[in-house]
Amino acid sequence: MRKEGNTVMKIRTLGRHVNQGFKNLARNGWMTFASVSAVTITLFILGVFLLLAMNVNHIANIVEDQVEINVFLDLTAGDEEIERVQNELQKIPEIDSIIYVPKEQGLMEFKEGFGEKSDLLDGLEEENPLPDKFIVKTSVPQQTGMVADRIEKMPHVSEVNYGKDTVDKLFKVTNTVRNFGLVFIVGLAFTAMFLISNTIRLTIVARRNEIEIMKLVGATKWFIRWPFFVEGLLMGVIGAIIPAVLLLVGYYALLQVMEGDFLFISLLPFNPLSYQIAGILLGIGAFIGMWGSMMSVRRFLKI
Amino acid sequence: MIEMQDVWKTYRNGSNALQGVNVKIDKGEFVYVVGPSGAGKSTFIKLMYREEKPTKGKIFLNGFVLDKLKERQIPKIRRGIGVIFQDFRLLPRMTVYENVAFAMEVIEAPKKSIKPRVMEMLELVKLKHKVRSFPDELSGGEQQRVALARALVNNPNLVIADEPTGNLDPDTSWEIMELFEQINLKGTTVVMATHNREIVDAMRKRVIAIENGRIVRDEERGEYGYED
Repeated sequence: MRKEGNTVMKIRTLGRHVNQGFKNLARNGWMTFASVSAVTITLFILGVFLLLAMNVNHIANIVEDQVEINVFLDLTAGDEEIERVQNELQKIPEIDSIIYVPKEQGLMEFKEGFGEKSDLLDGLEEENPLPDKFIVKTSVPQQTGMVADRIEKMPHVSEVNYGKDTVDKLFKVTNTVRNFGLVFIVGLAFTAMFLISNTIRLTIVARRNEIEIMKLVGATKWFIRWPFFVEGLLMGVIGAIIPAVLLLVGYYALLQVMEGDFLFISLLPFNPLSYQIAGILLGIGAFIGMWGSMMSVRRFLKI
Repeated sequence: MIEMQDVWKTYRNGSNALQGVNVKIDKGEFVYVVGPSGAGKSTFIKLMYREEKPTKGKIFLNGFVLDKLKERQIPKIRRGIGVIFQDFRLLPRMTVYENVAFAMEVIEAPKKSIKPRVMEMLELVKLKHKVRSFPDELSGGEQQRVALARALVNNPNLVIADEPTGNLDPDTSWEIMELFEQINLKGTTVVMATHNREIVDAMRKRVIAIENGRIVRDEERGEYGYED
């Protein structure tokens, strides 16, 4: 005796289910419209905040990347010692870049800082009071403090400076912004899932009689499920396409407007971010559409 | 064809719908099930297409043991039975044609065979001109005829009807009854619960009367036997 869950479904039958799924969408007119709108609106909000959060994160990264460590060497350090310190620095895996600034260059930059009055400092070249230094950046900005402490203990290093107080505060701010953004986005994503699956559930609850009738004529559970599955998937995808397109167009326009240095902020480039967001929205829409319809049908399949 | 041996049905709320029912219905019979409302007629009928499970006792149908039937086998037995209800139970968002075809799609009948067979059935119930109508565009009698076409489309050897004329006027009821008679003459077993005294008395078939969950009368060529 063959089991109900005929694993090999006839292709023809699959075609029938897809066909029926489309028909159901069309014939349930208002219900479909309500569900698709719910998906569209929630996913649009989610998409806007995703874009926002990604850009805030991006800006926080840019700011953090400007953190660097100034490593001042002993005034007495000669070429040999300088090279030794450089070798030591290269051994620290957390360090991303090391720039050597000899004292002559340091003085030039120092003078430039005085602008027109730089001639006041003329003559210092003879007896340069500045030490040689390295400018070090870590690959992960948050490791700056730790790395700085380690460098400070090296021989021939007289002083290490990375603007400790400011940097600590900066990291506190950026971390808070990131965590808040993450919690917000996750919360929003769950709300969207709940709202969408609930709307889809309502459209199916309204059709529980249909499921009863299908069972009476001898339809197997999978035979009943498939068209609903297709229908849910379609509602989710259609509902996601609209906000995805809106966001793609909107973000493109925003980037055009903000081209050039607007408020010193540079936003993430259109590609790949907007495609990623569009992909996420489509994925969520499709998944919740299928999942929501399957869950709702399940309730009525029990005898 | 159908046999019940000492069948009891107690619902979860404690009501005893059936109390020790023994009955045997042979292939090709036409059986009326009569009795007051709430006597257990509907339960008796529902047990046959496995909408309900007996609390106690054995039920055999088409070679299946219904009281032992696994849930996933239920569709299988239903495909051999045509079921008709007082409220027609058509799929509201499908056309007349699609409603009848649905029963064939369910058994994964070859696509080519579906159309001619559905049209044949709609011809039988004289609704060929309404193939594209939706159920809410039809009269009660027409809807019941669609339900009948759907019930018969897969050539079941048993048709079960629960008050099929309950929502229909007398003339329409007779039209429907003629169709049942026709089906029965072709060898299909018919079991019908009904309150329609006129029809039962006129047709003179086997009558099973149920009261308080027991069969109190079972006679060939019987009468309705209750005052309205």
